[in-house]
Amino acid sequence: MIRPEQVPMREQDPRSRVHNFDEVPLGYSEMEAREEAARCLKCKTAPCVAGCPVQVDIPGFISQVEQGDFRAAAATIKRTNNLPAVCGRVCPQETQCQGVCTLGRKFEPCGIGRLERFVADWEMEHGARTHEPPPATGSRVAVVGAGPAGLTCAADLRMLGHEVTVLEALHEPGGVLMYGIPEFRLPKEVVNHEVEGLRRMGVAFEMNVVVGKSITVDELLSEGYGAVFVGSGAGLPRFLGIPGETLIGVYSANEFLTRVNLMRAWRFPEYDTPVKVGRQVAVVGGGNVAMDAARTALRLGAEKVTVLYRRTRQEMPARVEETHHAEEEGVDMQYLVNPVRLEGRDGILSDVVCLRMELGPPDDSGRRRPVPIEDSEFSLAVDTLIVAVGNQPHPLVPRTTRGLEVTKWGTVQADEQGATSRPEIFAAGDIVTGAATVISAMGAAKQAAVAIDAYVGKQ
Amino acid sequence: MPNEIVSVEPLGPQTKSFVVRAPRVAARAQPGQFVVVRLHARGERIPLTLADWSAEDGTITLVVQEVGKTTLEMGASVDEGSELADVVGPLGEPSEILSEGTVVCVAGGVGIAPVYPIARALKEAGTHVIGIAGARSEDLLFWVDRLEEACHSLVITTDDGSAGRKALVTEPLAEILAARKIARVWAIGPAVMMKFCAQACAKAGVPITVSLNPIMVDGTGMCGACRAEVGGRVRFACVDGPEFAGDQVNWDLLIARLAAYREEERCALERYRRMVREAAA
Ligand SMILES: Cc1cc2nc3c(=O)[nH]c(=O)nc-3n(C[C@H](O)[C@H](O)[C@H](O)COP(=O)(O)OP(=O)(O)OC[C@H]3O[C@@H](n4cnc5c(N)ncnc54)[C@H](O)[C@@H]3O)c2cc1C
Ligand SMILES: Cc1cc2nc3c(=O)[nH]c(=O)nc-3n(C[C@H](O)[C@H](O)[C@H](O)COP(=O)(O)OP(=O)(O)OC[C@H]3O[C@@H](n4cnc5c(N)ncnc54)[C@H](O)[C@@H]3O)c2cc1C
Ligand code: SF4
Ligand code: SF4
Ligand code: FES
Repeated sequence: MIRPEQVPMREQDPRSRVHNFDEVPLGYSEMEAREEAARCLKCKTAPCVAGCPVQVDIPGFISQVEQGDFRAAAATIKRTNNLPAVCGRVCPQETQCQGVCTLGRKFEPCGIGRLERFVADWEMEHGARTHEPPPATGSRVAVVGAGPAGLTCAADLRMLGHEVTVLEALHEPGGVLMYGIPEFRLPKEVVNHEVEGLRRMGVAFEMNVVVGKSITVDELLSEGYGAVFVGSGAGLPRFLGIPGETLIGVYSANEFLTRVNLMRAWRFPEYDTPVKVGRQVAVVGGGNVAMDAARTALRLGAEKVTVLYRRTRQEMPARVEETHHAEEEGVDMQYLVNPVRLEGRDGILSDVVCLRMELGPPDDSGRRRPVPIEDSEFSLAVDTLIVAVGNQPHPLVPRTTRGLEVTKWGTVQADEQGATSRPEIFAAGDIVTGAATVISAMGAAKQAAVAIDAYVGKQ
Repeated sequence: MPNEIVSVEPLGPQTKSFVVRAPRVAARAQPGQFVVVRLHARGERIPLTLADWSAEDGTITLVVQEVGKTTLEMGASVDEGSELADVVGPLGEPSEILSEGTVVCVAGGVGIAPVYPIARALKEAGTHVIGIAGARSEDLLFWVDRLEEACHSLVITTDDGSAGRKALVTEPLAEILAARKIARVWAIGPAVMMKFCAQACAKAGVPITVSLNPIMVDGTGMCGACRAEVGGRVRFACVDGPEFAGDQVNWDLLIARLAAYREEERCALERYRRMVREAAA
């Protein structure tokens, strides 16, 4: 008999967790993990593997979990995924591996993400084995950006024997994992642990280098790097372009989350960077970023947090788990509303004026386009408004790199192997796709690492 | 050692200059650009203008006025031989250096530091540079000798008349604008000073460049904290600026936004002072 539901994962109680930044899901015990692993059918065709952008050998590692050989399970996952502790926590599993799980046709799909997280955490606790890189090839590669794409490409290239230096604009590596995704969803210790592993493998990191300002890609190439990988992400915040966006109290989600996560403003004044959250907070958007901002605002003491999303719950791009957690914590979801104007007193935000929307015919993205309902204007008193309507690629690297072609969306033009219009420059992750997911950035970076290896080998 | 403090020099009661080893920054620095600095692992990222640099020595010079927790702590605890946690740069767009005509460079208070390399570059490029440097009183003036060298002529003003002319910088500026043909004015100092300089220039029909100092976080264009309104458009001061056409700037907005964290700043400062007192006791 197969258990129809996943073995539940213990979580912090919603009432207490809104007062702390500790992680919400508490992880499986060994027993729980083995029980969940037993649910997997170990399908020969393994549709789940095809659903994973880096093709983790899912039935393989789950069998090892079931047998209690957690170290072997970790090795199996790490053959194709360098950041399992991260992916197990933040992958949108419901649309990837778990979305196509055979079990899911009749029951709840196998908890692949939860098991992946368990294995990675187990290994972290019991000490990971360091892999010795093979003999040096003599080639040097520079990696721009220490987000999931850059970290993955660096690790793979290092394991192929190349000398790798990662150049990062901010003062801590991790990209969105560090400055965007909050502590209660992805503890920074987990990210640091993964980065530490890379350092032990011999990957060199140079923080505080803004490529395009501190040094250009072309200069890196002439400094003796055989190839450059660009993984600079999609870090440019989009605003709404409506009146009142410069009022005090209006944040981009990037600023709000960077203050809280990278700068640890949640521990102000112990840490020097402040953040301001009023009593009434509105968050505009419906993705993971919006959920992260809303849940962060609650934890910083907001009395009421309202998410304003212009479509309906069905179209929301956030991971199901995030929306669920946000609702449990008391975030008020307002669907089919769109802000049109922000009002303030003495330069300080006081109200957000919105229109109600209805869904019209589908747009380019295939989703039904929200259209405003006439005379439906209403206003909401708020003292903080966080704009979480998406990020664009930063133009700095393409603009300062001779002959590096970009698309009309400002993303770097690259093929599936990461090859760009310049043979010695490769790119992958959000800088190529626009804002996407951790695992897709990693998957593309792996392909680029293979292509870079072939390219420098020929030089 | 990267980010090592090579030397510290007091320039006045609340102002110090720091020479910092930062070879990457020094190699590329241009007038008008800035760095973002963090003192230690719990520190805030603060923007500071490049007041001078030497690509040869791999060093940059920062001039810091103590106005709140971080700058006070920098003045009190960053000594020769110590290290800053982070120095990022050079950031921002460089000043547009003209090569002919007469220009006026107006510096208010700590604004002397960012004006100095701009004036020097303008003079080197072939413009005739008139300098105006103002402060509340004599003890707040510094680098007068450097400015004298960087400008063809220099007017000093103080609010209380303790040095130079007893006037605000806008007085000599208006006189110069009325007396001769000026190609462009640079004005860097407190927002209010820049605002009045911009008004004087608008009246005389002379273009003016100002350097905006909104609150910043990353300094690289990824957060939007530094939003300013210029010519009716929202711009990010850290990547689109920090220099903008002064007559186009919404000054009231800039000034209001600078006060956004006043309460938190006071709390941080009080806590810091208490800790210093307790450590001394
Ligand atoms: C708040 C938030 C929540 C998210 N939640 C999820 C989630 O739950 N699940 C999921 O799968 N995805 C999520 N995402 C998306 C995911 O984080 C990104 O798709 C992923 O991080 C992209 O990886 P990347 O390496 O391409 O870019 P990034 O993670 O953006 O990393 C790019 C790095 O490059 C650096 N950089 C940029 N320009 C330069 C330069 N000129 N010089 C040097 N360095 C530079 C940046 O500072 C950054 O560190 C979320 C995103 C955000 C913002
Ligand atoms: C591009 C740029 C260049 C600058 N160059 C110099 C310089 O060369 N020398 C110098 O002494 N100062 C410079 N400043 C201002 C300097 O960054 C602030 O004085 C400093 O951040 C204040 O930090 P604090 O903790 O000591 O004071 P706080 O207590 O944080 O603030 C005191 C006051 O400083 C302003 N301020 C606070 N945080 C910032 C911030 N991140 N950015 C700008 N202003 C802020 C606010 O108006 C506040 O009222 C520059 C600012 C910018 C934007
Ligand atoms: S990496 Fe992500 S998609 Fe792949 S198996 Fe793990 S959780 Fe699923
Ligand atoms: S599809 Fe589901 S049940 Fe089948 S092997 Fe993959 S995880 Fe197991
Ligand atoms: S300081 Fe973050 S965008 Fe300018």
